[in-house]
Amino acid sequence: MADKEYDIIVVGSGAGGGMATYQLANAGLTVALVEAGGFYDPAADEQRTQLRNPWESPRRGASTRRRPFGDYNACIGGWDLDGEPYTQKGDTEFMWWRGRMLGGRTNHWGRISLRFGPLDFKRRDIDGLGENWPIGYEDVKPYYDKVDKLIGVFGSNEGLYNDPDGFFLPAPKPRLHELYYIDGARKLNVPVYPARKSMLTKRINDQRGVCYYCGQCSRACSIHADFSSSTALIYPALRGGKVDLYTDSMVREVITDASGKATGVSYINKKDKKEYALKGRIVVLAASACSSARILLNSKSAQHENGLGNSSGHVGRYLHDSTGASRAAFLPELMNRDIYNEDGVGGMHVYTPWWLENAALDFPRGYHLEIGGGMGMPSYGFGFAANQYNEYLGKRVGGYGNGLRDDIRRFYGARLSIACRGESVPQFDNYCELDPTVVDEWGIPVLRFNYQWTDYEINQAKHMQDSMEALLEASGGILLGDKPGVERNYGLAKPGEIIHEVGTTRMGLDPKTSVTNEFGQLHDANNVFVVDAGTFVSQADKNPTWTILALSWRASDYIAEQMKQQNI
Amino acid sequence: MSESSEIKHSIERRDVLKALMLAPVAGAMLASTGCAWVSESNKQPTRWTRLPTQYSYARTDVEKQRDAELFAETFFREHELVTIAVLCDIILPSDHENGGALAAGLPDFVEFMAKDREHYKLPLRGGVAWLDNYSLDNFGARFVEADIEQQLAICDAIAYPDVQDEALQPGIAFFSLMRNMTLTGYYTTELGFRDLGYVGNTPNIWDGVPDEVLARHGKTYDAEWLTKCVDQSRRNITAEWDDEMNLIT
Repeated sequence: MADKEYDIIVVGSGAGGGMATYQLANAGLTVALVEAGGFYDPAADEQRTQLRNPWESPRRGASTRRRPFGDYNACIGGWDLDGEPYTQKGDTEFMWWRGRMLGGRTNHWGRISLRFGPLDFKRRDIDGLGENWPIGYEDVKPYYDKVDKLIGVFGSNEGLYNDPDGFFLPAPKPRLHELYYIDGARKLNVPVYPARKSMLTKRINDQRGVCYYCGQCSRACSIHADFSSSTALIYPALRGGKVDLYTDSMVREVITDASGKATGVSYINKKDKKEYALKGRIVVLAASACSSARILLNSKSAQHENGLGNSSGHVGRYLHDSTGASRAAFLPELMNRDIYNEDGVGGMHVYTPWWLENAALDFPRGYHLEIGGGMGMPSYGFGFAANQYNEYLGKRVGGYGNGLRDDIRRFYGARLSIACRGESVPQFDNYCELDPTVVDEWGIPVLRFNYQWTDYEINQAKHMQDSMEALLEASGGILLGDKPGVERNYGLAKPGEIIHEVGTTRMGLDPKTSVTNEFGQLHDANNVFVVDAGTFVSQADKNPTWTILALSWRASDYIAEQMKQQNI
Repeated sequence: MSESSEIKHSIERRDVLKALMLAPVAGAMLASTGCAWVSESNKQPTRWTRLPTQYSYARTDVEKQRDAELFAETFFREHELVTIAVLCDIILPSDHENGGALAAGLPDFVEFMAKDREHYKLPLRGGVAWLDNYSLDNFGARFVEADIEQQLAICDAIAYPDVQDEALQPGIAFFSLMRNMTLTGYYTTELGFRDLGYVGNTPNIWDGVPDEVLARHGKTYDAEWLTKCVDQSRRNITAEWDDEMNLIT
């Protein structure tokens, strides 16, 4: 296949790459899909972690360096990959999660699928910070609609202006701890709605199964009832015969010709350690915001001295992640509860979108609340500090003997937690760049991160802590742990830790201050596109995946049309 | 339970433990690989269910290699492992219908975790040594060679984190670690699932909190919310919507 020229080369098989592959192959184009990790299908028993019991693992599901979210988490990858380092400048503590598998990080994400709203595309108009997107909600809405129907998402139409309605599947009923939260939130006039997540609570086609409520979406679904790029997009695309899949293939650079246009990519086959080239008319980067930026920066040539697409010096700039903070409470009313199967879908069934006006607050941009708790499956860590809640009952903490069994039983599932996920303000000075001296095991220069939170995010985290305390107490909870203060940035997660990094190749009208146009097309090379979250101008207080999917579809339609018109 | 009855209880338990040596260990899942571990250093033989050393749980090649390396390594000396076994047995005793720490193979689990998580090695090794030092100072014998009453007296001194005695803090930290390891190692086995009454991790249809549970907690589903929820009798009917985003199937 080395001499074959593809119509399209897609680099990366996560949400953006999967959607581009699916759409462009369906448009009749030949596609090479290049993925740095291996093939993956959770339906294959040798790759299935779903429905395994804890004792099937010698560490009972504990995390490892290679599975930071636990032994049974589906994502092959993590913060710390063998032979693929990244570095930090100064006291930066950026955490960079990379998936190395077909489907990338869509194999383990929370499936929280929120449309950006009209305000989210025009934040500068509201608070004067950052930049507006060159497009608005009305441009993306038709694609959100199509993504809803193609992939499936449950939720409810609430008529909220900035949390738009969609083509939803019906929601799962709330669990008991969620009913406590609903009552608590209503006491405080905080809205609460069914969550919006891409699990199939109802059939959408004959290829994918319907959720059987094991609560283990993070392990990837063997009946393909949750969305991952591989199960919902790439397998169907592969069946169409237009796609060649290259796994274990690490793209080093985009190759350009004397005119500055791309002619293909070079990649290292991780199996034989040799370098190869692929020829293509169009290169679509979807390697993740930071990895695509890295590939562009490493694609230096006479025509692109600072790296491909980087005449503006903006590749890697405006890197930003969601803000995050969390808190938990002991819910005495759930002590000694009846035990039944409440696994439900993976994660929350209810949530609270941003409900306040920033004009009255000391920070810009909002956050949403994710609700946790319930009678989860014991795995490593279960039973640690088994009777710590005794201190609230006037009983002694500690001890030994069969009485511990009663403690375990008494406190099982008597917990309510909230995690906040919010919008940060993109900063020119938060960026990734090539480290001048460090390379990975393939000899490719690695990324170095520069990132500091500003008072915007820190003040927002302070507000998150106050909100969580009030809501947990209103729900009947006794707060656990100390409330983090200013010395800990109010519990604000490290940048990158929420794994929503975006913005490194932002779109815009002005080639001097942006990297791509509204379709992810590089200003500097019209046959190179970015369809991951790198093009995001701002993050919104929403999880990015649904918008990646919608924008990748929109870019794919544009690519197919432009090729038909022979413009590219 | 008073202290004296606790001791009496434990002595009876030790008798039960002896009986266990002759009978198949409870817990079919683990017993399939069960065999005895008899320590010459311990006055009373201690045995536990041996855990498998081969696992198949969807690992990558490097993960398989890592597990194999861990199983090839031996960390605890025999005396240390037996001390851990005796301590685990006190923390979660065997005289229970759902078995205890030894039936759940706790010593093997602690051995594995110590190797898997480097930061456990020193606290566990040092903790066992502290326990022996304390036992020798007070009773003239190492922990496993002390009488059961003496062993329990030591545990009473270090089992409660609210004890302020500075000299006991290393022992209290060690005991807390061992209690954590014992409970997590037990409740992540089939025996622990049974003990807890855990019923999840299986395909099923979630259709809300059972009515009697709602009533007990004074909760109800409000009618408006329920209109947004899935009708499980129609879950297999392919979704279709009208142009107004209403689900019509």
